[in-house]
Amino acid sequence: MTKSKADEEDYWNSSKFKAFTFDDEDDELIRLKESRQAVNSIQRLVEEDDDEDDVEKVSWSGEPVGSISWSVKETAASNQRTDREPAFPKIPTDTPSLSKSQSGYSLSSLFKGETALSDSSIRLYAPELRKPKSEYKDYVSDWSPEETIQRLQQGKTAPLEKFRSLQDKLLLLDFAVSAHDGNVITAVLIYLKRTLSKEVLFRELESRQTALRHFIHYLTETKDQRLLLELLRALGRTEDVALLQYKEHLSIADENKRRDFLKSCLSLPFSAEDSAHVQDHYTLLERQIIIERGGKVEIFQKFPRRASILNMPLITTLYYCCFYHYSEPEGTYSSPLNIRQAFKISEKQYFVTALAARAKLKAWLDVDALFTSRNWLGFTRKKSPLSFQRVVDVLQKNSAPTQVLQDYVGLVEDPDMRISLAQKHKCHDIVINTYRDMKDRQQLLGYRGKVGRGSAEERKIDELLNNQQIRWKN
Amino acid sequence: MANSARRDSPELPDFSLLKRLARDQLIYLLEQLPGKKDLFIEADLMSPLDRIANVSTLKQHEVDKLYKVEYKPVVSTSDQLCFLIRPRIQTVKWICDVANADKAAGKFRRYKIIFTPQKFYACEAVLEEQGMFGDVTTDEWAFYLLPLDDDIISLELPEFFRDNFLAGDQRWMRTAGSALHLLHSLYGPFSKVYGIGRYSKMAYESWREQVEQGEQRARQAEIGNVFLIDRDVDFVTPLCSQVVYEGLVDDIFRIKCGCVEFSPDVTASDKSVKVMLNSQDKVFNEIRNEHFSNVFGFLSQKARNLQTAYDKRRGMDIKQMKTFVSEELKGLKQEHRLLSLHIGASESIMKKKTKQDFQELLKTEHSLLEGFEIRECISYIEEHISRQVSMIESLRLLCLLSITENGELSFSYGVDHLLTFSNLRQLGLLVEQQPGETLTVMESRVGKLVNDKTAGKLTDAFSSLAKKSNFRALSRKLNLVPKSDEEYDLRVPRDMAYIFSGAYVPLSCKLIEQVLERDGWTGLEEVTRLLNGNEFAVTGQITSINGAKNDAQRIILVMFLGGCTFSEISALRFLGREKGYKFIVVTTAITNSSRLIESLLDNHV
Repeated sequence: MTKSKADEEDYWNSSKFKAFTFDDEDDELIRLKESRQAVNSIQRLVEEDDDEDDVEKVSWSGEPVGSISWSVKETAASNQRTDREPAFPKIPTDTPSLSKSQSGYSLSSLFKGETALSDSSIRLYAPELRKPKSEYKDYVSDWSPEETIQRLQQGKTAPLEKFRSLQDKLLLLDFAVSAHDGNVITAVLIYLKRTLSKEVLFRELESRQTALRHFIHYLTETKDQRLLLELLRALGRTEDVALLQYKEHLSIADENKRRDFLKSCLSLPFSAEDSAHVQDHYTLLERQIIIERGGKVEIFQKFPRRASILNMPLITTLYYCCFYHYSEPEGTYSSPLNIRQAFKISEKQYFVTALAARAKLKAWLDVDALFTSRNWLGFTRKKSPLSFQRVVDVLQKNSAPTQVLQDYVGLVEDPDMRISLAQKHKCHDIVINTYRDMKDRQQLLGYRGKVGRGSAEERKIDELLNNQQIRWKN
Repeated sequence: MANSARRDSPELPDFSLLKRLARDQLIYLLEQLPGKKDLFIEADLMSPLDRIANVSTLKQHEVDKLYKVEYKPVVSTSDQLCFLIRPRIQTVKWICDVANADKAAGKFRRYKIIFTPQKFYACEAVLEEQGMFGDVTTDEWAFYLLPLDDDIISLELPEFFRDNFLAGDQRWMRTAGSALHLLHSLYGPFSKVYGIGRYSKMAYESWREQVEQGEQRARQAEIGNVFLIDRDVDFVTPLCSQVVYEGLVDDIFRIKCGCVEFSPDVTASDKSVKVMLNSQDKVFNEIRNEHFSNVFGFLSQKARNLQTAYDKRRGMDIKQMKTFVSEELKGLKQEHRLLSLHIGASESIMKKKTKQDFQELLKTEHSLLEGFEIRECISYIEEHISRQVSMIESLRLLCLLSITENGELSFSYGVDHLLTFSNLRQLGLLVEQQPGETLTVMESRVGKLVNDKTAGKLTDAFSSLAKKSNFRALSRKLNLVPKSDEEYDLRVPRDMAYIFSGAYVPLSCKLIEQVLERDGWTGLEEVTRLLNGNEFAVTGQITSINGAKNDAQRIILVMFLGGCTFSEISALRFLGREKGYKFIVVTTAITNSSRLIESLLDNHV
């Protein structure tokens, strides 16, 4: 998929994406506002007698409450039975693909004998008037594993206790799996769990992946942590064992106990990747416990915090420290730079977070310092790991004054983007200078109408337009 | 657009019957428990229950007080407790705790659990283990299908997705088969069933067995054809931002069970309003399938018309006024309310979307779909992550990236890739439960046993769920991404791509279109190979009274196993209008990108 640059330009400028833009806030919102005004102007009339035709009560079906007798009638209707052949062919569920699509499955080729009468269709039309289960229990029939599974699928009782040999038990399991009914698979597994030793059960499950997944899910849902751990160990899934143990920290509320628990997790056999995360988790919580105790009172009084920092994510912690502990020396645990170092936070991530925090506090000087770097000659210049367009975005969302904004708008590289941002934020100088640099006389002329009459900007535009030195392109 | 339907489009069957059946069965079950009783309802069953019955129905059948299941000790004084729940082990355990606590306190009560849509043996095993089997009796309420609208039916089982696709637990396959069986019994017999996906095959088999075991009434078919599709056949579509009105409303306000709650900033008043969103809402019905850019024009036109209608009053004499009030005013007022709600919603959507640079986000999605400027996309996603815009959104983009790039990512973009993931981990790792919105997610790294150990692993899991997604090849084969140099007028859509601003035809819907056109999978061999097979097309014996009537053949029931989005429904409605079909969408739940991602997180004990 290599496309030339020109193609790409075309793509972004192609009409289909121009049809509508969510950035085009002014136009569309104005239209909406007009609609809103039109609607609101009729408000009074509507309020005159606001009766109960609430929108909330519009219901999709206005059916009256149904009756039991109606349902009984339905049942009667459903009893008009017709004799027939099986209507649809069976398709092999285990083969990966069916190449024949139509003719191969015509009914005649799959004719089966007449189906036995059964009560299950009536169940769908009306509640089943069942006999108490106890009545079934006495006449124990000698159901085969297959029949037993079928009965279980239909929600009927079937005694499992008669399947005592390992072979029978596994047959039962395999039939359940091939019936694709998870409810029944689990039912059989519960029976096997009760009647087989763990060693034998685990061994047999290893070669039966579908059943195994059902068993793991069942143990997870019943919160049988101990058996689950044993199973995973028996299967040699040590990383899963470690993660499962580690997960227990979620149930420890006290932060000190939790920290100690995490420390004890460090020696578990995690994968290299996970091991690093658990180490970070421990280090972070340890540090948060220290940060939680510190800080200058004034800033907390001025900007009361909404929540404790304990157990917050890393970036939230960094933000918190950029907010409350920004100027602390790098040696302290709560210093943002220290956190950046300790957790190897990328430059970009650090900038975004620090910018957000300092802008929130309207600490414009800090923002300025964040982007200022000195080259070897001692000249300062502004540098940013993220685009200046983004920086402007963040600043503007924190209602930065125009003087602050324009510094960054001016640094946006793409001229079109720069102009559009400058127009949006009323940084006239930048717009004017950019048009001048682009030698675009027409645009400059057009912009003259948008600045205040008699303003300094207007004078500047006039000076430029009258400047004979400039070789305008239009 | 809403009115451009082909004149010969068949009528949809009446699904209110499903509601009536469910209600009657519930009443029957309540009557099985005579005397006053308190009813405990599982939280996620409240809305579905609301759609089919109301409190007075319950009161008529001696339900005294209603409670929500909250896993806390109960305060009820009733001597009969009835629990209406999903078959979940946790809930049954809680009920056993309640009963055991009563026993210890020497309190005697009767307990009844009504499982819906069916009971599981694992739940009964809990009753047995807790010594409560028999003391607590159980029943089943076969409430499989909730019609959300004329053409949408939901099983309201969001957990279907996670249980099947992530945990590999097939517990809902019988349920899916039974739901299909119910529809077949009431609106069938079906004549053709097409499908693709492992679980679609299983659902088909389960349904077929139930048909064989049961009896079919000879009747006139109302639904002729069925298409079953697994969610993992197409993960790309639900991961995209929705830009059709109904989908957008779902992405932003979350439609729950066909109902949305508009907050005060939408209603321009001091209270929130709950609104049913369906075809009964005339204003909504005309804009639901429209690209968002067309909605404003429509709403302002509507507002002007309304103004004119009201202005008619001027200069009326008393008699005319009387007729106006009795005949028109009520309708106008209703329309006025709806109109101002949807205008408010649109304003709110605009504000939210402008704030989060939606345009740029869409550009990124579109180039991911098209497969170029991937490096730019990655850096956009990276920035998205570092700015902590939204965890779910970041994950969504990562998943989209990983699926559309189909694993090639790891070596061709190795470094960026790793960096992105390590950022993601930083963001997420060590997150804890916090109140409110802040995303706690990435305990997932820890939580999942099998697949999603880390955020990175979550996306890995996602791509492994999608097996080899082969998206790029599929996109070429099926022409899913229209050429970008052609003009696309969103007001006059020419294909299903309009639901994604003309940038992408949803894979799921394209498959449906192709299979219906070809009456099977012939000619799509390469496509099905790329989709890991499991496709089928079967023809049944027609048992309809008058043979297959043409109308029923053009009514197609599409069942999504694992959820579908409103955008896909809009696309199918469009396809239906174009080809003279009517689609009925049956889904295990309505989904969208956030729900999909959230269902894979694991940040709780």
